[in-house]
Amino acid sequence: MTASAGPRTLADKVWDSHVVRQAESEPDLLYIDLHLLHELNTPVSFDLLRESGRTVRRPDLTLGTEDHNTPTKDITKVIEDHAARHQVELMRSNCEQFGIELHRLGDERQGIVHVIAPELGLAQPGMTIVCCDSHTTTQGAFGALAFGIGTSQVAHVLATQTLRMGRMKNMRVTVNGALPAGVSTKDLVLALIHEVGTAGGQGHVIEYCGSAIEGLSMEGRMTVCNMSVEAGARAGMVAPDETTFAYLKGRPHAPTGADWKVELAEWRTFRTDPGAVFDREVVFDASTLSPFVTWGTNPAQSVRLDGVVADPAELDDPAARQAARRALDYMGLAPGTAMRDIGVDAVFIGSCTNGRIEDLRAAAEVLDGRSVADGVEVVLVPGSESVRRQAMDEGLDRVFEKAGIQLRYPGCSMCAAVNEDRLRAGQRAASTNNRNFEGRQGKGSRTHVVSPAVAAASAVAGRLCSPEDLEA
Amino acid sequence: MEPFTVHVGRAVPLRRTNVDTDQIIPVRFLTRSSIAGYGENLFNDWRDDPDFVLNDPRFTDASILVAGTDFGIGSSRESAVWALTGRGFKAVLSPRFGDIFYGNALSNGLLPVTVDEAATKALWELIERDPSLAVTIDLGAKQVRAASLAVPFEIDSHARWRLMHGLDDVSLTEHHTARIADYESRRRPTMPTTGRRREVS
Repeated sequence: MTASAGPRTLADKVWDSHVVRQAESEPDLLYIDLHLLHELNTPVSFDLLRESGRTVRRPDLTLGTEDHNTPTKDITKVIEDHAARHQVELMRSNCEQFGIELHRLGDERQGIVHVIAPELGLAQPGMTIVCCDSHTTTQGAFGALAFGIGTSQVAHVLATQTLRMGRMKNMRVTVNGALPAGVSTKDLVLALIHEVGTAGGQGHVIEYCGSAIEGLSMEGRMTVCNMSVEAGARAGMVAPDETTFAYLKGRPHAPTGADWKVELAEWRTFRTDPGAVFDREVVFDASTLSPFVTWGTNPAQSVRLDGVVADPAELDDPAARQAARRALDYMGLAPGTAMRDIGVDAVFIGSCTNGRIEDLRAAAEVLDGRSVADGVEVVLVPGSESVRRQAMDEGLDRVFEKAGIQLRYPGCSMCAAVNEDRLRAGQRAASTNNRNFEGRQGKGSRTHVVSPAVAAASAVAGRLCSPEDLEA
Repeated sequence: MEPFTVHVGRAVPLRRTNVDTDQIIPVRFLTRSSIAGYGENLFNDWRDDPDFVLNDPRFTDASILVAGTDFGIGSSRESAVWALTGRGFKAVLSPRFGDIFYGNALSNGLLPVTVDEAATKALWELIERDPSLAVTIDLGAKQVRAASLAVPFEIDSHARWRLMHGLDDVSLTEHHTARIADYESRRRPTMPTTGRRREVS
């Protein structure tokens, strides 16, 4: 497919401006503006590079961070798991060998890859951004085409700064109205995934638009774009606007002076043209939303917090029925149970979905003057060192401490559960992460994906609930 | 990469939908720093269940996995593919795949075969009736054959050509290095680079 002369979508404009080579019946060769690395999925990429005698083409467009394996309680401690420690050591030696900037544990710029790139001002409108991590979709909030890739593709980008890819299809999600008070962007995106299913966006890049999206902060847009992959999409995007430009201004890697003017003019061109055709359209009304939570083992198995656990017998599709039965068996739940009657053993607040300062503020607002219920373990992990420091500047750490919660050091923590932060088998958590897959938070763990406000309220009540329930 | 033309082998029926990559290879095994060895932990936690189909001795030497719809969704971990190839799998059949998994499979010569739900069910029934049944995956003819069943499948023509010749992407791209350099010469110098330019405010 070649660049069309007619009206184009935002995603197509970004794509077209990065095509290095196009040929009949071949994937496009696409230039990559920013390649992000973390320690978990990359050692093999560097081995592939070395084995073939190749080198890193553009270390200056590559950035590493340490996030998956890193400890969150005490960062001065040596990582106990030998294999995990070895991966961090490999990340350091690989970055050193190839001259790649690395934000190491303890560095003021360290944190979850999808949290630090935006806050450093590296994610900018119209860019192509990749990382060996499915939640790279987060950075589409800036009007960038940002998507997850595999380890072989990482080696390809390291060697050539390009990817060979077939063009993605276009899907538009229009969210009209505005989010009611007490309803967050996490509730919005969970409801959306429930509507379209885990494969609703497969093969597509989703552009989110409409008044509800325009009214969101960059943090909120990042939460929505982050979860695009849970709807099966390759990427999620929001057209850049004044909110985007205001966020970027003054960030360490944002352009300054005359460069700012050059880039700003360029950024403004990255908008879908009137009349551009999308392969799929979904229209959604934000004004009728309420807090949304998952009950099953995929992110579409969800319901309003006011609702009850689904009854598999009521599902028409035999495969969905079987999947729901299996999910309820794993989750230890009976059909028809009120979501608010589900008790929790643990609460996790953090991740690339909900580990930014607005998320911590939302949790602190609920926890202010309250305490965590007896027997509930709360793990609260900022998305980056910068978020942690800002939380302390705002006194949020004091609020958490009084509630009985430690503000930890940044990382993926209990979202990936590859460091020491894991649930035990059978433990049930209200979690602000993105996936409720079997064993996602530790072998045998049971996860309910929720918003930061619902997570904080559930920590206080010891069961799934919203902040409004606490006041009643 | 080994060229893939025709593969004949036994198949195993995985009657589950939404098989995410966390199930194929649980995250705690991802601290391995090489491709080798992931096969040991394929479907590690599901294997705790003695009735899990991969524990069935009749299917132990299967090289073709026939799964329900939405196979390989979720995380980008390529180790999900390495776990399958490490256990000797050459092809995975499903009505629909997670996008990243699909690309990762192609990168490693594991053939992802998209067949519709009716064909998936027909295959499940056939191989459950006769686990020793020879299943043929013919990439040249774009066809799956088992007993009297013959199911056509679609695959991108370039991906098919690359698999049949066992070519890897980097070598193909390196033919266009001059084009990459030309593109770079036209990039705006005002776009960001990753070196530490200014202090965090």
